[in-house]
Amino acid sequence: MTITDNASQERSAFYKNTRVAGYDDVPFEEKQRLFNLVKGDLRFPDYLYGCYECGICVAACPSARFYDFSPRRIAQAAAREDVELVYQQMQEDVWECSQCFSCVRCPRGNNPGGIITVLREVSVNNGLASAREALEGYSRIIYKIMSTGTQVSPDMLQPDAFPDWGPEVKDVSDNLDIWRRALPPETLHTTSTGWDVDEKTLLELYLIWFHTGALDMISEVDEGLHMILQEVMEERLEDAGVEV
Amino acid sequence: MPIPVEALMKKKEHFERGPDDRRSEDFHHELFELEEQGEWIVQRAPDPIVPVETKYGNIKKIPKAHLWHHKSCGQCGHIPGYSTSIFWCMRKLGYDYTDPRDQTSCTAWNYYASATSNAAAQAAVAIRNFSTAYESGYFPLIHCGTSYGHYKEVREELMRHPELRAQVREIMGKLGKQMVMPEEIVHYSEWFYALRHEIAANQVRDFSGIAATVHPACHYYKLVEGDAIYDADVYGGQRTAIVTGVAEALGTEVRNYSTWFDCCGFGFRHILVQRDFTRSFATLRKIERMKEEADPDVVLTHDTGCVTTLDKSQFAAMAHDRNVGVPVMSEAQFAALAMGAHPYKVCQLHWHSADYRPLLEKMGIDWEAAWAEFQQDLKRLEAGEKQYLTWEDVG
Repeated sequence: MTITDNASQERSAFYKNTRVAGYDDVPFEEKQRLFNLVKGDLRFPDYLYGCYECGICVAACPSARFYDFSPRRIAQAAAREDVELVYQQMQEDVWECSQCFSCVRCPRGNNPGGIITVLREVSVNNGLASAREALEGYSRIIYKIMSTGTQVSPDMLQPDAFPDWGPEVKDVSDNLDIWRRALPPETLHTTSTGWDVDEKTLLELYLIWFHTGALDMISEVDEGLHMILQEVMEERLEDAGVEV
Repeated sequence: MPIPVEALMKKKEHFERGPDDRRSEDFHHELFELEEQGEWIVQRAPDPIVPVETKYGNIKKIPKAHLWHHKSCGQCGHIPGYSTSIFWCMRKLGYDYTDPRDQTSCTAWNYYASATSNAAAQAAVAIRNFSTAYESGYFPLIHCGTSYGHYKEVREELMRHPELRAQVREIMGKLGKQMVMPEEIVHYSEWFYALRHEIAANQVRDFSGIAATVHPACHYYKLVEGDAIYDADVYGGQRTAIVTGVAEALGTEVRNYSTWFDCCGFGFRHILVQRDFTRSFATLRKIERMKEEADPDVVLTHDTGCVTTLDKSQFAAMAHDRNVGVPVMSEAQFAALAMGAHPYKVCQLHWHSADYRPLLEKMGIDWEAAWAEFQQDLKRLEAGEKQYLTWEDVG
């Protein structure tokens, strides 16, 4: 099914209103190109076998309870190769998924959560507005995991960042250094990383980001962050005499 | 409400293990075949081994000792009593391990949150860690449920796609690393389940008056479901036996609640930047259901994100007079407390948010005295008597 006319989309029960969603429409050819990237991912055939429309995935889905979101619609759109709807889902729906994979309860063996992982990856790689928006405020986390090798650190526990987590967050923040020193495992005396990661290991991780294109992906959603990460990594690799 | 095993078995959706089940295929055949073809080295699970059954009846080998602890970002960073308790229990039972510095995160929390990575990078991160464990001679034990689930997915992807193996092999060549896949991908909670009777034999606190609800972690048993532990004696084999098997071995009453299959609401991205969803789901679908249907003294789970979400989400809901207020911890912390661990020096409960003190009282622990002991230790650190507390200091 191909619908390029916005008025037709607005009348269809299948489509959300693109103007409400706040992203620009693009030519059909661009949507087809993006869908081909999704379909071309080596995991895609392992994630999609068709759909009974039974709705078991929706019943199990946490995001379906709180958002206008349905893993069944994701699987169906992908199976029908409905490039218009898949594009809309890449712009609106995919970031609502919790990635818990409750949907793999599918009796057909589908993995809607896995399809969403691929859709998200293509969204990031192509700098879609949804990816930029969803990752706003998230750049600090990307910086942390890519540059230090651990995702969250003790010093992230700041009361202004987690006011909804209760007064214990302030206790942790106020006593961070001494409480970390009171931990018996020797690798946990850190405050800016989850544990102490050695230098050689970090350099190996940087090389993985460089050689797999994972670092380049960042430039599509946050150019400033990409520049910082690249500088930090190149400098450390250079200091260690490693050529990228 | 007790666990309705009879009702579970009568449900038409209940599953039975059978040799003809398409899901029962054992991946090990392919794993070793790839080794024979020179695609990778399979690191054997070292003796002594505890054999356990997985969902469709295949045997999984759980090594007791000589383990390379693949730590968890969230556990080490925000709930350090979790990792500390795992180490403590292993030390108490006399099994050797190594706590490596040459380990990185699996990076899957970020991947599931932001998708700023790809299949090759994720597989390379996994293989780099596995290769490093192999070089050490120790066998990987994965602390995080997401790392465990993600690594099982990576194993599946690498087994299915030679082009992915070729790409990762090339990267490992640049790092001077070998392609290594462990014979089993083992989650720490599988170690606790396998050793539950040894843990119970070392129990010094009576937990028979304690009621618990269990939240099984999605990435443990939903991702590559066939490789999760199931036991006919726990839930009639209809739910994963992990955590519940340990709690029951310690004499705890595990109570049922209707939303056990629901996730915790973590959401990966949501817990960090969109917590209205996380808080709502965790409290409305999990904690309130547990309180209403089971009224537990404690919620036990076995993953970084689940402990964080279920614990931290309760504070805001309490402000709205919701039916919340129950402590949350890992079964590793719970088992450590059963074996006599200090609630602050080992289990580090002061990093948790929901009030755990009534539970400690029910366990017969004087938490005020324990806190005073911990404060004394902190004074020694502040006075410069010691730089760090050691294992000898915490008992």
